[in-house]
Amino acid sequence: MGVTANKPGVCTTVQDAGRFGYLGSGFSPSGVMDRRAFRIANLLVDNPENAPVLEFCLAGPTLRFTAPTFIALTGGDFGATIDGAPAPLYTALQVRRGSVLALNASRTGVYGYLAVAGGSFKIDPVMGSTSTNLKCRIGGWHGRKLEAGDYLPFATPAVDYLPNLASHAVEDANAFYEFNADTVRLRVVPGPQEDLFTEEGIETFYGSPFTVTGKCDRMGFRLDGDVVRTRHGSDIVSDGIALGAVQVPDHGRPIIMLADRQTTGGYAKIGTVATVDIPKLVQSRPGRTIRFERISVQEAQALLRDDEVRMRALAKMVKRPCFGGLSPRKTARRLTPILEAQAIAAEHEQLWVETGDHLHAERIPEIMERRERATQAPARTE
Amino acid sequence: MKAMNTYRITIAGDSALNLVFAEKISAESSALIREAAAQLEAARIPGVREFVPTFCSLMVCYDPLVVGYDELCRQISDRLTGLAAPSVPRRRVVELPVCYGGEFGPDLPFVAEHAGMTEDEVVALHSGRDYVIDMLGFLPGFAYLGGLDERLHTPRLETPRTVIPAGSVGIGGAQTGVYPLDSPGGWRLIGRTPARPYDPAREEPILYAAGDCLRFVPITPAQFSEIAAQVAAGTYVCPTSVREEV
Repeated sequence: MGVTANKPGVCTTVQDAGRFGYLGSGFSPSGVMDRRAFRIANLLVDNPENAPVLEFCLAGPTLRFTAPTFIALTGGDFGATIDGAPAPLYTALQVRRGSVLALNASRTGVYGYLAVAGGSFKIDPVMGSTSTNLKCRIGGWHGRKLEAGDYLPFATPAVDYLPNLASHAVEDANAFYEFNADTVRLRVVPGPQEDLFTEEGIETFYGSPFTVTGKCDRMGFRLDGDVVRTRHGSDIVSDGIALGAVQVPDHGRPIIMLADRQTTGGYAKIGTVATVDIPKLVQSRPGRTIRFERISVQEAQALLRDDEVRMRALAKMVKRPCFGGLSPRKTARRLTPILEAQAIAAEHEQLWVETGDHLHAERIPEIMERRERATQAPARTE
Repeated sequence: MKAMNTYRITIAGDSALNLVFAEKISAESSALIREAAAQLEAARIPGVREFVPTFCSLMVCYDPLVVGYDELCRQISDRLTGLAAPSVPRRRVVELPVCYGGEFGPDLPFVAEHAGMTEDEVVALHSGRDYVIDMLGFLPGFAYLGGLDERLHTPRLETPRTVIPAGSVGIGGAQTGVYPLDSPGGWRLIGRTPARPYDPAREEPILYAAGDCLRFVPITPAQFSEIAAQVAAGTYVCPTSVREEV
């Protein structure tokens, strides 16, 4: 009961929110690159918030399901198909035993996510996390990328039913990424070493456009653009590197540090990308223009709180019963008046009369008429 | 005990901040960082997730949905008022058995020649002192050690090796250390430890933490195999002790 990888994809790994508690020992946190897409994927199949998902990039895997379940695909558009039919993003999809999910080359975005109902995959956490750390070869699926022929067992052998299925979809979820816009705006909290940069360097950073290069991976995104100058070189005594830290080595081109970053480093950091904007960055393909905008730490934290409120509201929408959906409660509510009316109509009516061997034939039209009235009544009130 | 207001705060984005204790590496700031980390860890401030101690600063990672920047600064300041390094710092000493030279330390002859000593003298000098772990980083469990004897400073390889086996003990410039996992690297290899500094299956995946001391204890190749077998069986425990003063 799981998936078999017919094709593994370029870099398909199991990830969760990340491995925390060991940064001080030098462990990269790992975890998903796009936390937003990850959360929505798990939300759409009623998974726990931190259930493992499959993350893929550039070209996704082709997977065969050995048991029926529900899945959700989020993040970049990889032209997904299930048994040849297009599979939409951001909606819960039923797959059958033997179904083949094919993910092709990415058409928009960089990273895609697959969550499977029932907690996704059966992965033993290593040091508190199911995330794959490729460098240390731990976590995820044997600490490595997916390979052809791998069989990942589901956490729940088969899932036949997802309550309120029809509302398990998010419309326009990818509008957030502004895939059609050529320029993406990233908000940056200055520090911790902004004081090591020249005034002109800081102006360049916030005033000039930068381009996403091809040298981008789970460790960091390298940008190209005007040289951001430091006062006396970029070397510092190594200190901690936060998610989204913008390092500027002596060549003057920013590198934004991401999930597989080193925990410490010796280059000056001009600022840190606001957590809410990281998904926009990681889904930006080479050639896309980036502009930085300076905000305060308080503003960045307020943005994060707003984002959390929106995410909670989204969760409510997804889990709500919806018209036309398979909601037991709503179905019961609609059936109740019909059944009651029928019961009232039938109160004085005998379906068979034991006075003789036959039903009183002359009463049949009368009974039929009363039944019809009873069943029509609630329909008119709707 | 000497009271000082000893740090400044720098912002590392919306989910982390740094307490900067010094601009240069020193034994005093290193002791302060360790003390601050211990006190903040014990304080269990809601929303604080973890700490990354480095040479001159302590990074505090937190959840801004639980505690905002201003509030956290206030709480840290309350907790660290009158922070001072203990006048007699207690350090945990972790003893790593190391088999020097031979197949485990192919560069020992070079290091000896470079230092103008015999190989035995290099081993005696290298294992003859405790090294303070200033920071873990670069690789999981890669310890930046302070205090290598100047006579042992040796330039790195011009062409780095593509694979250095886990447990290798090397010298790179003014630094010495242990490779916790197979990795490329340019350090001169002088020995290897059979103890696994890093083992994800162990309850404590890393044998030591920033602020501890490392002591290299020379062993013979026979002892190496013996300890390696114990490590494989999961029965080996690295000797540790506590010593006062540095």
